[in-house]
Amino acid sequence: MNAITQNAPIAREPGFNISWSDSGPFIALAALLVIGYLINPDFLSATNLSNVVARSAFIAIIAVGATFVISSGGLDLSVGSMAAFITGVMILFMNGMAPAYGNWAIPAGMAVALVVGLLCGLVNGLIVTVGKIEAFIATLGTMGIFRALITYMSDGGTIPIDRSLREAYRPVYFGTVAGVPIPIVVSLAVAALGAFILYRMKYGRRCAAVGANEEVARYSGISIVKTRTLAYVAQGGCVAIAAMCYVPRLGAATPTTGLLWELQVITAVVIGGTVLRGGKGRIWGTVAGAVVLELIANLMVLSDLVSEYLVGAVQGAIIIIAMLIQRFSRK
Amino acid sequence: MLKSKWLSTVALCALLAAGGAQAQKKVVAVSIPAATHGWTAGVVYHAQAAAKEINKAFPGVDVVVKTSPSAAAQVSALEDLSASRNLAALVILPFSSEELTGPVKSVKGKGAFVTVVDRGLTDPGVQDLYVAGDNIAVGRNTAKYLVDKMGGKGNLVVLRGIPTVIDDERIKGFQDTLKGTEMKVLDIQYANWNSDQAFKLMQDYLAKYPKIDAVWANDDDMLLGVLEAIKQSGRKEIKYALGGNGMKEIIKKVMDGDAVTPVETPYPPSMIKTAIYMTVANLVGQVPVRGAVKLDAPLITKQNAKEYYFPDSPF
Repeated sequence: MNAITQNAPIAREPGFNISWSDSGPFIALAALLVIGYLINPDFLSATNLSNVVARSAFIAIIAVGATFVISSGGLDLSVGSMAAFITGVMILFMNGMAPAYGNWAIPAGMAVALVVGLLCGLVNGLIVTVGKIEAFIATLGTMGIFRALITYMSDGGTIPIDRSLREAYRPVYFGTVAGVPIPIVVSLAVAALGAFILYRMKYGRRCAAVGANEEVARYSGISIVKTRTLAYVAQGGCVAIAAMCYVPRLGAATPTTGLLWELQVITAVVIGGTVLRGGKGRIWGTVAGAVVLELIANLMVLSDLVSEYLVGAVQGAIIIIAMLIQRFSRK
Repeated sequence: MLKSKWLSTVALCALLAAGGAQAQKKVVAVSIPAATHGWTAGVVYHAQAAAKEINKAFPGVDVVVKTSPSAAAQVSALEDLSASRNLAALVILPFSSEELTGPVKSVKGKGAFVTVVDRGLTDPGVQDLYVAGDNIAVGRNTAKYLVDKMGGKGNLVVLRGIPTVIDDERIKGFQDTLKGTEMKVLDIQYANWNSDQAFKLMQDYLAKYPKIDAVWANDDDMLLGVLEAIKQSGRKEIKYALGGNGMKEIIKKVMDGDAVTPVETPYPPSMIKTAIYMTVANLVGQVPVRGAVKLDAPLITKQNAKEYYFPDSPF
């Protein structure tokens, strides 16, 4: 899988500078795999790797959306809460439908999730573009709103999925297609679509243009409002897709679902080579970034090097080192 | 004629008595954190249940429940509660010991009976009654059960919560009980009382250790994630996966005689109910309750699980 993602972006980015600089996140990923193997050979076992990559799927999927938002010069802090909110709505809807429609409740629930996600994204987008409120503040606000809504819907407790749906829905996280876990397949599909839009379609160029220089983009006849709003809508859609893969894992939504995901998402995007101030997006780098983050956490548990109290510090240090590797590989 | 006169006298007396009771209704204020996660959601549920039951059973008592989302909000709530009416008693589960000690003291200064639940104040002199669970016993009783069942031998992995006193005490109780046995804790890591993080951590434990005999997650939210990871791995050697706190999903497993999770240790959110009932007992029945009550964490087994099962509670 790594081999594929390493080669693909370089070959498919004709519109951008093709250089070693884009391979930074993949070099970091490879380095991490080697170090991990040296520390504990179990690290490279097929089960462990497929577990870890499947786990990184939620962050990867959401981060693909975030790549659009960030490269167009925006930011979305609400994705974690939004994921929890969509999960809650989706489960409540499916539970309501289950007695009458049986397993058909699952695809219907997915459709509802997608609609809710797109609408949440639209709300974020409109507040930022039409409302002209700084993205950081606007999405900080909606972050609080979505989190409060899921807490309210669950009375602070858990919203579990109906027992009759649990087993039928379970394979969406735990199942495999040709040996590859479904969440990995989904995240690759989302990333492929994202890469196509960002690198090959007009909209992708507009995103980068708006993020690079708003004034120039406006003079070039690009609608800033439309471009940015669409990026937030795409982000909402990605969050919904992540929620669809998330629900079957533990079969419940709680007020702590998706807590701090926004930070992981932004970190993955930045590790992937997207510039935080906008103007440049790297989809496959983002996916690699999400995997890197999850691998680091995995490595912390598999190694006996660090006391449980210091895990956070070491994770932080590794992220910084990964960014430095990128920086040096750029020269 | 005589009869009707007599009846009306009775009615009048009853009316007067009722009016009298109305006038001197004893107000019991209950101040608790708002529901932000499973356990506090349970506290809110049980506090509201207690208020409803007591208000129905004792017409002379009015239990008022107020939830607050933060320590600052709880301080304001206390001021509001005590300003608008004369409190006979205050039952409080403080957000933080330092910030709430002063405000609770001033409520007591106005003559209220003060019951503190779960988290103590910095000045224990303020409280008339203290009701809490026993976090050390949560760890100790779980460990004792495992030692007994596994003959004092085996490999364990442990998932701990958020670095706090509660978490430290549970882990300490657990580790102290294991001392001197041949039970080995292979690994212990934080999963922040979060089922997603517990799921990941358990996957990693399973990848790292080829043979695990038992798992202890010191909270039931985490246990849910642990069980899912074990199920996915298909590993059969894990004899026990235990939690703690008393979440209804896990109590249900115990009731149903689950092989891997046959017991549970409570740190019950219903302790708020214990506190409210004791406080009211003091007001209504002249029951002496001053002192400190430490609820034990007895093993919940198939036999007594019913006592701890609240299917309508969010937790």
